[in-house]
Amino acid sequence: MSRDLYHQRMLELAERGDASERLADAEVSVTLDNPLCGDRVRIDLDCAGDGRIDALSHEVRGCVLCRAAAAVLDTHAPGLDADELRAVRDGLRDGLRGERTLPAAHDWPEFAVFEPVAAHKSRHECVLLPFDAVLSALEQRAASANGGGRTTASTTGT
Amino acid sequence: MNAAVTPPGTGFDPHAVRRQVPLLADPPHGRSLHYLDNAATAQVPRPVLDAVHDHDTMRRANVLRGVHRLAEAATEAYASARATIAQHLNAAAPEEVVFTSGCTAAINLVAHSFGALLKPGDEVVISELEHHSNLVPWQMLRDRAGIVLRVIPVTAAGTLDLERLPELVGPRCRLIAVTHVSNVTGAETDVAAVVAAARSVGARVLLDGAQQVPHAPVDVQALDVDFYCFSGHKAYGPTGVGVLWARGDLLAALPPFLGGGEMIRRVTLTETTWAPPPHRFEAGTPPIAQAIGLAAALDWLQAQDLAAAGAHLHALTQRLLAGLASLAAGRDRMRILGPAPGQPRGPIVSFSVTGAHPHDLAQILDSHGVAVRGGHHCAQPLMDAFDLAGTTRASLALYNDAADVDALLNGLDDALRRLA
Repeated sequence: MSRDLYHQRMLELAERGDASERLADAEVSVTLDNPLCGDRVRIDLDCAGDGRIDALSHEVRGCVLCRAAAAVLDTHAPGLDADELRAVRDGLRDGLRGERTLPAAHDWPEFAVFEPVAAHKSRHECVLLPFDAVLSALEQRAASANGGGRTTASTTGT
Repeated sequence: MNAAVTPPGTGFDPHAVRRQVPLLADPPHGRSLHYLDNAATAQVPRPVLDAVHDHDTMRRANVLRGVHRLAEAATEAYASARATIAQHLNAAAPEEVVFTSGCTAAINLVAHSFGALLKPGDEVVISELEHHSNLVPWQMLRDRAGIVLRVIPVTAAGTLDLERLPELVGPRCRLIAVTHVSNVTGAETDVAAVVAAARSVGARVLLDGAQQVPHAPVDVQALDVDFYCFSGHKAYGPTGVGVLWARGDLLAALPPFLGGGEMIRRVTLTETTWAPPPHRFEAGTPPIAQAIGLAAALDWLQAQDLAAAGAHLHALTQRLLAGLASLAAGRDRMRILGPAPGQPRGPIVSFSVTGAHPHDLAQILDSHGVAVRGGHHCAQPLMDAFDLAGTTRASLALYNDAADVDALLNGLDDALRRLA
């Protein structure tokens, strides 16, 4: 794997990761900021009755790494519940920290593109921000489930 | 060592300066280093490092209390540093200089101590151009004291829109707190206009001088302001030290901010009376070695030919602006922020490129050995005004030369090609 952060595969993913077609009348909408750099991710989410992600869309005002991560989430997050997605996110975080191999056999294959990011600690949050936004949306959805209403939230995270 | 290129005609030799700065004279790991993040932290020349080292190896002790020889020597050195700072600011007396942990702490001190004198409904005027350090303390004061904040907007050029002053500065205005030089756009504030507006209603003026002190002499009496704040680490000094200057009579009327040792006259179990300024505002052990280092930094700065240095920095800034304009010519998505040509500005240039995030630009520039800052620069309201997530900022110092600027431009050209 190249040590260059801006290798071709990363740039291709980032190009896909600017934004996806917005969900109409999404069940949950969450906007999360990274206070360090001003990156902003908006996630719209619909879930099945068992809490698994049914569909999501995103809009990213952020760097290449953030947009690439959002594109990967678009591909793989549907079908996961909050606990499963948190495990994936924490595994990615640990890989970026150099605490385990990235990608491991059970990881999403695209995690390989983030391997060069491990050497740049200041950029780890760029990759994790979309994951945190989706997790925040799932938490908002769970919190409002009893109330039964739709949720819109804006948060400063990471 | 980077290639030496000196703009002609300024009579200033940045390489002589660079040779005095160990980190630039011999960059770590032998890598080329074009350091253009000086608005965040400037590099430290040898005389400053020596002053701090000499103090810690020859005179290290606490100040103002001990009677042993080391304590006396430390106290004398600390007092001497205060006098040096006062002389550089043309303060009326050393007692008008309060050492803090930085510019942020200095502004927080004013927000608490001066703020304690304000009543609900009193007004403080700030601006859209401010660093968070000159915004958040006033919002916190608003929330605890019920004051009203009024905000001077920025123009499209990133300067204060001072034409709005008459409508913003009313009879309840007690303070105008604005930057002297913007840390994002480099715009210089028309201080005389701000002071005139404040005086028309009997209000005070605070200037955030963090980006001014490193580049030009400051005369607080000539500026006719009431509070002046700056940081050591942006002025070739150590981290962890800053200065609040305030008029002596004003300081004497203010209650303390932090309580503890060294700021008292008498403490009983039921009450405390305060020491006179400046010690009233320096609770606990102050940043002694850092203050001594800061005094050495300002002495070092004063020893430079500042007129020639100013011309040098102006020439480099123009070279940078021209280079960016050239790069922007083929790319309509680049936006260069800041005052129009000919308008006063510090050696700070910010720009944005649609589709190329500042962090990505800064990361690729780093691979070219160019250190710049990408992000919101602790000025999120300004970014909101510009409708930007952030900018890429290059900020110059005395040791920078044309090779540094050219390295930035070449690296940026590469980054734009890769991210386009």
